[in-house]
Amino acid sequence: MCGIVGLYLKDAGLESRLGALFEPMLLSMSDRGPDSAGFAIYGDEVAAGNIKFTLQNEDPAHDWDGLMQGLRSTLDGKLDWFRNTSAAVVKTSADETSVRDYLAAHSPDTRVMSVGRSIEILKGVGHPRLVAERFSLSGMAGSHIIGHTRMATESAVTMSGSHPFSTGHDLCLVHNGSLSNHNQLRRELVRHGLRFETENDSEVAAGYLTWRMREGASLSEALRSAIDDLDGFYTFTVGTRHGFAVLRDPIACKPAVLAETEQFVAMASEYRALARLPGIANAKVWEPEPGKVYVWEHSARHVEETGT
Amino acid sequence: MKHISLAEHSVRELNQLLHDQARELTEPAWRVSDPDGRHAIAAGLDQDLSVDIEGHAGYYCAGMNQKATVTVHGTVGVGVAENMMSGMVRVKGNASQSGGATAHGGLLVIEGDASARCGISMKGVDIVVGGNVGHMSAFMGQAGRLVVCGDAGDALGDSLYEARIYVRGKVASLGADCIEKDMRPEHLEELAALLEQAGIDADPKVFRRYGSARQLYNFKVDNTDAY
Amino acid sequence: MSDQDYRPGLRESATFDRSTIHEIQRAASTGIYDIRGFGAKRKVPHFDDLLFLGASMSRYPLEGYREKCSTDVILGNRYASKPLHLDIPVTIAGMSFGALSAQAKEALGRGASAVGTSTTTGDGGMTDEERGQSRHLVYQYLPSRYGMNPNHLRMADAIEVVLGQGAKPGGGGMLLGQKISDRVAQMRTLPKGVDQRSACRHPDWTGPDDLAIKIEELREITDWEKPIYVKIGATRTYYDVKLAVKAGADVVVLDGMQGGTAATQEVFIEHVGIPTLAAIPQAVQALQEMGMHRKVQLIVSGGIRNGADVAKAIALGADAVGIGTAAMIALGCNHPRWEEDYRKIGSAAGFYDDYQAGQDPAGISTQDPELASRLDPVDAGRRLANYLRVITMEAQTIARACGKSHLHHLEPEDLVAITIEAAAMARVPLAGTEWIPGRGNGGF
Repeated sequence: MCGIVGLYLKDAGLESRLGALFEPMLLSMSDRGPDSAGFAIYGDEVAAGNIKFTLQNEDPAHDWDGLMQGLRSTLDGKLDWFRNTSAAVVKTSADETSVRDYLAAHSPDTRVMSVGRSIEILKGVGHPRLVAERFSLSGMAGSHIIGHTRMATESAVTMSGSHPFSTGHDLCLVHNGSLSNHNQLRRELVRHGLRFETENDSEVAAGYLTWRMREGASLSEALRSAIDDLDGFYTFTVGTRHGFAVLRDPIACKPAVLAETEQFVAMASEYRALARLPGIANAKVWEPEPGKVYVWEHSARHVEETGT
Repeated sequence: MKHISLAEHSVRELNQLLHDQARELTEPAWRVSDPDGRHAIAAGLDQDLSVDIEGHAGYYCAGMNQKATVTVHGTVGVGVAENMMSGMVRVKGNASQSGGATAHGGLLVIEGDASARCGISMKGVDIVVGGNVGHMSAFMGQAGRLVVCGDAGDALGDSLYEARIYVRGKVASLGADCIEKDMRPEHLEELAALLEQAGIDADPKVFRRYGSARQLYNFKVDNTDAY
Repeated sequence: MSDQDYRPGLRESATFDRSTIHEIQRAASTGIYDIRGFGAKRKVPHFDDLLFLGASMSRYPLEGYREKCSTDVILGNRYASKPLHLDIPVTIAGMSFGALSAQAKEALGRGASAVGTSTTTGDGGMTDEERGQSRHLVYQYLPSRYGMNPNHLRMADAIEVVLGQGAKPGGGGMLLGQKISDRVAQMRTLPKGVDQRSACRHPDWTGPDDLAIKIEELREITDWEKPIYVKIGATRTYYDVKLAVKAGADVVVLDGMQGGTAATQEVFIEHVGIPTLAAIPQAVQALQEMGMHRKVQLIVSGGIRNGADVAKAIALGADAVGIGTAAMIALGCNHPRWEEDYRKIGSAAGFYDDYQAGQDPAGISTQDPELASRLDPVDAGRRLANYLRVITMEAQTIARACGKSHLHHLEPEDLVAITIEAAAMARVPLAGTEWIPGRGNGGF
């Protein structure tokens, strides 16, 4: 039960202003989700053969320097990192498994928020304004960004219960709604080897997409099969390395609105989140149809609207 | 004409001023600027006012309207004119879902598109949509008329009672118990009048009429597939 | 098996007992599920499984009639500028005109007003009779919005947004064709005689984030004067109460599975929802964790019958209770004077639950003018007032015995349970022990 916002820039000239354009969108959804907030920002891509982690630790006194020194001396490859309050972004040429293994062994309370070449996921408990300020959202640059404000329904208000949920390399998911068969699905996914950190229904949706794509499905295919396998009410927005996707359940009660101009594509739970975007007055504005997968992909700058 | 900017005043202040007009009418014409998608703008009016909202309104704009004429020069969120009793609400842009939900009377004109569930459980309102309507429109419609100048989404008129539906364009699918019916002269006449009231230039003769087959009015065991 | 049916060698199945066999036969012959009124009839842990610890040496009791034990309650002072002040913490739950006759609705208003409490509309809108006779009237805002009128919204003393009820959480209302009379049909804008299928979800919002916006609209329309209640059927109570508070409710109305209905599938009534006893501690925990206990008031309904039930619900943390079935019985429902008529329609006084059929011999759950005229609103209202006074005095008696000068000073520590089930659900110790089953295991 929440607010969703997403902004994907077609005009590369706006990239330095991505955070500034996006912050009012996120904050306008505070009433829909005052418990926690988060966002996944894409940009600052690492070169091929490298990988980027976003780590978070809720202990303000966490010894990031010590952790990074340890990682550096252990890993086979170079490592750059910077800290953003409770989070750290780590770029390395080392392989993912050895980083994860080191963290699990030496800093088990440090959580991996995201892994990929472009994605950084930052999220936290508290009013969306506090979360945006903590991470200095308004100054961030990038190509696209997806955010979420959360009103927790059945699971606890925690950092790990906040959205977005990572669904694999450079992929994340945010959700507004409530799934009705996630417990059963979680058990099934666990049997397929997935691990879950929360009782959150949205994390199951994220895990489901991860699993489907691991089995070889494209993002569109994974979302199309979600229509059959995920029961309940949902609006999903999924971030990809090159764009984003939107899907509403076949009943489509939870709100969603899309806007598109020559410069950007934007998505939000309510139109008010879009009202301050440049050129919105002449944008194409519509509500995504039920059970239909909408995908925007960066590289080809094409739009794929996939019906079922 | 009185002007209120919602950048300077709260929705609460605006609505209180408008509601006060129900006791004593001192200012019949209002202009509201900077709505910025705020909710419940001009909700609960009960006076012969004209209110022009210059921009985009959020949920429940002009909700439960009585007597007033509210014009939105922009888009509206969920439930515009929900449960309207009388008066007129005009949206120059698009409307989100559940436009005119459960409304009992008056006229709702949406010049752009209306999304899902337009006219859900309508109870006597007239709704004229210049563009398309989304799925499940006029669901459980009890009374009133829904006119769609564009196309209608899936399950139009599902579980319909006595509301009448006119569609000019394509209907993706009809809902349970909703059927196409003949356009008789009285229907052409009422449709022409509705279009004229709404200020939309369209030829009534190219519309089709849909209504209830009245097969679900009382439970029959042979109808269980429809439930 | 009654004595006259007894024959040696006949043994009834516990699994396929006679009523089960009858239901299978009925389903096979009609092809429709069993629809009835009333609430759950199965035995579930209830207030009867709790006892009060009256004062003796360690606590001092109050004298009846001389030392005051107050009963008043304020409902809805979180945001509303005009909260309700009730003299007694027993309210009349929502029951519609349509489900009940106009005379019955009027009688409810008369009885409630005589003792200074509120009554509540139901699906189908507000009638002049009940507004006229009700000092405090709560206007229900339901998914169907039948008869929903902003003038009535403004005439009401509080607004109750109904998400569900204990008899059928997750289900919509139902009023069968027999009860859609001319007046009911006109109020609900329906053709006469149709089966009215009420929606289970509101038409213009879904979920707590959208409910917050809906509540804001209702407040705007009524200039922030009226308390906004949110009514839920007891299921995932802990979460639902938290979300109702987050969405901006002034008052949460919590209806347990024993709560009544005018017409719902039997399978719904008996198999969906949790007992009232189990729901209250979940709700109170949610309110306490948010720092909102006794700030957002909690009204509990579903199986309240006497003053002991009232006192127990309040001790567990409720601010007030609601009664529906008991109020109907006080008016005259299931009264033996109509025994002959009950038999004619295949029922008996004390068993009648076919509120959906509209043939109520007592003239309460009917739209038949002749049957409805059997109920004198003045007499019936007086009976209800009597009953409300009795259960209030009973609750006061218990509270005084526990040394309380106000009913709201009752607390869970005044209670013990006589069954392990009740101890676990109510989160009070088993009598004579300090054992609360489940305590220390993370609560609910």
